[in-house]
Amino acid sequence: MRLFLGSCLTFILAAAIGLGATWLTLTRGVAFGALTVGAWTAWPKTGSVDIDPYARATIARTGALPIGAGDGVAFFARTDDAGDALDGRCTFVVSGMTPAARYWTVTLYDAQGRLVANTTDRHGFTSAEVIRDAGGGFAITVAPRARSGNWLPSGGVERFVLVWRLYDTPIGVASLTTKEGPMPAITRKSC
Amino acid sequence: MMRIALWILGALLLGGIVHLSTVLAMPSAANQDAYSRLSERTPVNAVVPLPAASGQDATMPFMDPAFAVAVCRYDLSAGALKLHAPLSQAYTSVTFYTRNSVAYYAINDRAAGRRAIDLDLMTPEQRAQVPEEEDVTAADRLIIESPTQRGLIVLRALAPEPSLMAMARRALANAQCRIEPLPTQ
Repeated sequence: MRLFLGSCLTFILAAAIGLGATWLTLTRGVAFGALTVGAWTAWPKTGSVDIDPYARATIARTGALPIGAGDGVAFFARTDDAGDALDGRCTFVVSGMTPAARYWTVTLYDAQGRLVANTTDRHGFTSAEVIRDAGGGFAITVAPRARSGNWLPSGGVERFVLVWRLYDTPIGVASLTTKEGPMPAITRKSC
Repeated sequence: MMRIALWILGALLLGGIVHLSTVLAMPSAANQDAYSRLSERTPVNAVVPLPAASGQDATMPFMDPAFAVAVCRYDLSAGALKLHAPLSQAYTSVTFYTRNSVAYYAINDRAAGRRAIDLDLMTPEQRAQVPEEEDVTAADRLIIESPTQRGLIVLRALAPEPSLMAMARRALANAQCRIEPLPTQ
């Protein structure tokens, strides 16, 4: 009787541990080979046949198609440089320089990877359309209400994700170092 | 006390096995992966433009809205596939995914180096059947091997500015993928 009870409890505990760990890793998007620059993280191997089992399971669950390694690299940011979560009710400024690439795009999504609806139909910027200063730098203001210059509307969502995609770039293809930077800085201005 | 510790240790080990096996089984068990989503709205072996990602009804999460996207959902069981993708003015790329969304090959306009990306997609078995001399005479023919019989080809054309989206969509509208029936031997 004791053996029976013990094994029953063990199996229940094992199932809880195993499924709990799977749920945790897949909802958080765990993957190996992360390349982190400031607040930005990319997983260049996720776009190749060297993708690890965790990233495979994550993309199968979410339905996303990772950007191919021969196409480009995608950097994700869920916090600012200080580590605070990206909150759509606050104002953030994304500024600085980008690594070498033929084109880049920056896009704002909600936590599930959907675009955030807004009146101007603006979901991001490309390297060709962003307004730059005399030195070639740029500043993008992410805010719920209209701003002058490069305004990226956040629609007031509770959490948003910024994805910086570099197309036709040497990064991640041949090398995997964090010295590739610089990536743009994300700073919170007001809340 | 010792006994309880042993039970817990057993539960941890079993839990680890459950965790690893569920992670490994996820790709084949998922019914909301990209291929499944696209099989509801695209025919097989044809290039279909995807509607612009907007708001809540995007086909897949984390799509880049600056790109016009077209998809060829392929099935190589009837023969090899020929893909022709004209280049748009800005940036065009073609990415190949297996049935389980693993990107196994990607090429962009610069790597293609011509006015269009032309290539043949076949399974390793079909590749082995390609006659040797044909392989040599068509040296500029790009042959890609698909690890799985079914999969996705995603064509992306960049619109550097929103006003250029129509141009990017037009470029992709002329793309095609079609099956070449197997040569009868």
